Amino acid sequence: MTVKLMQGNEAVAWGALAAGCKFYAGYPITPSTEIAELLARELPKIGGKFIQMEDEIASLAACIGASVGGLKSMTATSGPGFSLMQEHIGYAAMTEVPCVVVDVQRLGPSTGQPTSPSQGDVMQARWGTHGDHPIIVLSPTSVRQAFDLTVSAFNFSEKYRTPVILLMDEVVGHMREKIELPDPKSVERVERGTTSVPPEWYKPYGDSSSDVPPMSPFGAGYRYHITGLLHDIAGYPTQRVDEIDPWLERIQRKIEHGIGDITMVEEDGSDARTVVVAYGATARSARHAVKLARQQRCKVGLVTLLTLWPFPEDVIARVSRSAQRIIVPEMNLGQLALEVERVAGRNKVVRINRANGEMVTPQLILNSIEGN
Amino acid sequence: MSHEEHTAYSYLRQTKKFPNVWCSGCGIGVVMGALIRAIDRIGLLKDDVAVVSGIGCTGRMPVYLDFNTMHTTHGRALAFATGLKLAQPRLKVIVVMGDGDALAIGGNHFIHAARRNIDLTAIIVNNSIYGMTGGQYSPTTPLDQLATTAPYGNIEPPFQVGDLAMAAGASYVARSTVYHAVELDRYIEQAIRKNGFSLVEAVSYCHTTFGRINKLGTAVDMMRMLKENSVTKAAAEKLSPQECANKIVRGVLCDLDKPEYTALYDQVIERAKMGENGKQRTAGGL
Repeated sequence: MTVKLMQGNEAVAWGALAAGCKFYAGYPITPSTEIAELLARELPKIGGKFIQMEDEIASLAACIGASVGGLKSMTATSGPGFSLMQEHIGYAAMTEVPCVVVDVQRLGPSTGQPTSPSQGDVMQARWGTHGDHPIIVLSPTSVRQAFDLTVSAFNFSEKYRTPVILLMDEVVGHMREKIELPDPKSVERVERGTTSVPPEWYKPYGDSSSDVPPMSPFGAGYRYHITGLLHDIAGYPTQRVDEIDPWLERIQRKIEHGIGDITMVEEDGSDARTVVVAYGATARSARHAVKLARQQRCKVGLVTLLTLWPFPEDVIARVSRSAQRIIVPEMNLGQLALEVERVAGRNKVVRINRANGEMVTPQLILNSIEGN
Repeated sequence: MSHEEHTAYSYLRQTKKFPNVWCSGCGIGVVMGALIRAIDRIGLLKDDVAVVSGIGCTGRMPVYLDFNTMHTTHGRALAFATGLKLAQPRLKVIVVMGDGDALAIGGNHFIHAARRNIDLTAIIVNNSIYGMTGGQYSPTTPLDQLATTAPYGNIEPPFQVGDLAMAAGASYVARSTVYHAVELDRYIEQAIRKNGFSLVEAVSYCHTTFGRINKLGTAVDMMRMLKENSVTKAAAEKLSPQECANKIVRGVLCDLDKPEYTALYDQVIERAKMGENGKQRTAGGL
C-alpha cells in the first residue's frame, strides 16, 4: 500500500500498468495527455511499448494491432479524438480484440471547451460506432476509482474479448486526491483465454464451450484471418444468414450473460422515496447534496453508477419500485436520464442538466431533493 | 512452371475461399503470386509472416494467404501493422494496399510509417482507380482521364508514389508492373529483406472500370500497355524529360541503410531501465 497525492489521469496510467498493460498508442489531447506522458516514461521500464501516432484513428488501430500481437493495449483521448476512434471501436467489437479506450470528456460539441468538464459522450460511448454491437463503459468518480476501474476495464476487455471504454470527465481526470494504491502485485489480473488445440482445429470465433472463444496471438503458430467483415467461426468473410445470426447472437450474449459481473454500482439508502442516480464527477456533488439533505432530516438515497453500459437496468428497476422520485444530475442535456426514464418511467425522473462547462453543484441537487 | 504453381498452392488457404473476388484478368493476382514467390525464396516460415491489408480489391488479398492475416479498415492498415510489429518485432509484417487505400484515406498513415522507418513492407497495387466501388478517380489517376466521378476528365494531378515514399523517409522503394512479374518477385524479396520501411509499387490496371470508361481495351490490351509504356530506370536516365513524361519507370528507386524504429525503441527500453546515472531503476515502481 502506497499513499500518494495523485491526479485521476495518473491513476489511470498506474492502474493500466497494474493490470498488465504493455502497449500504449495515443495522440496528445487535453484533458487526457498526462496519461500518455506517464506511460511514455513508465512502459519502456518494464519492456512495454509506447508510441505517439499521427492521429487518434491510427492510435486505436495500433492498439488493436498490438493486442492481436498479444499485448494488453490502451489508448486515451478526449471528445474530438474519441469521435475519430469510433471507426476502430467498431472494428475491435467486430473482431473481438481486447483493448481499453479512455475518454476524458470535455465540453463539446467539436473543439468545445478543452479544459471544461462534461459528460456529453455517454451516448457516443454506447452508440458512436455504426452498427449494433455490445460495449462496456465504466465511469469513475474519484482518483482511486480511476485506478480501480482502469484495472476492471482491462480485466473485462480480456475476459469478454471486447473494447472497454473508461469514460472519465475533466474533473476526475485533473483532480488530485490523496489515495492509497494497492501493491500492483496484489491487483487481480485477468488474462485472455488462449488455446492449446492443434492449429488445424483452432476456430478463432467459435468451436468453444464458452461465448468468448480463446484468442491466439499472431505468431504463436495458429494462423488465422481477422476481418471487419462479418465472418464465420474460422474468421473468413461470410454473407450467409445462418452464420451471421449465430455470430450476432453470441457477441450480444457474451456481454448480457456477464452483466452481473460487469455491473458495478454503489448504493446508499436506495430504498428511499427520493433517490439520486449519478455518475462521474457529478456523483461527488450528489453525495454532498445527499449529506446536506440528510442533515435536514430529509430521507434521500444515492445510487452511484460505475458501470454505465450495459445500463444497470435491474438496479434502476429495483430502485424505482420504492422511489417516487429519481433525480438524475448530469453534465449534459440529459443522456443517461433517457435510460433511467426508460426503466423507471418518465413521470418519476427529474433531470438536472448543465452543459456549459460548469459542474452540477450540490446546491442544485439539494434544491431538487427538497422539491424546489 | 508446374513447380511454381505448386509453390503458390502450398501458401494458399484451401478452405472456403475460392473462387476469389477479383475480375478475371485482374493484375492483383500477379502481385499475390509475386509475394508468395518472394516469401518462398527467402524461406520464411508461414507462422512468422503477417499480411495486413485495408479495404478495396487489394484489401481482399490476405484472406487467400495461409499466414497470420488481418483485413483492417480503409486506409489504416499501416497503423494496425505498426502496433502488431511493435508487439511482435520478430514477425515479418507485410502490408498490401491499393492506391486509394494507401494514398487517399491512408495517406497520412503512409507518410508517417515511412517517416518512422519502421520495419514494414508496404506493397501498393496501383491501378489508378477505385475498383471495388466502381471506377472513381483516385490520387494516382492521371490528368484528363475519365472516371465515374470525373466524367469531364480528372483535373487533380496524381501522386508520384515512389517520390512520396522517399521524401517521407522510406529505406527502400522500388517500382515495377504486373507485366514484369519476375522483376516484382525480386523487388518484393528485396523489400522484405530490408530492415526498415520498404515500399514496392506494383503498377497494375483495372480493365473493368478505368479501362472500360477510358476505352483502353481488354485486360490483355492493358497488360501490353504496361509492357510498352514502361522503361527501366537505367533506360529512363538516357531519355529526355519529355520522352520520359508518360513512362512508368521501373527499378529500385532508393535503397538506404538507416536506423529502424523497433531497434531504436529497444534502445529506449535500455535507457529507461537504466537510471540517469546508469543505475538500474525499479521497474513499474509507484
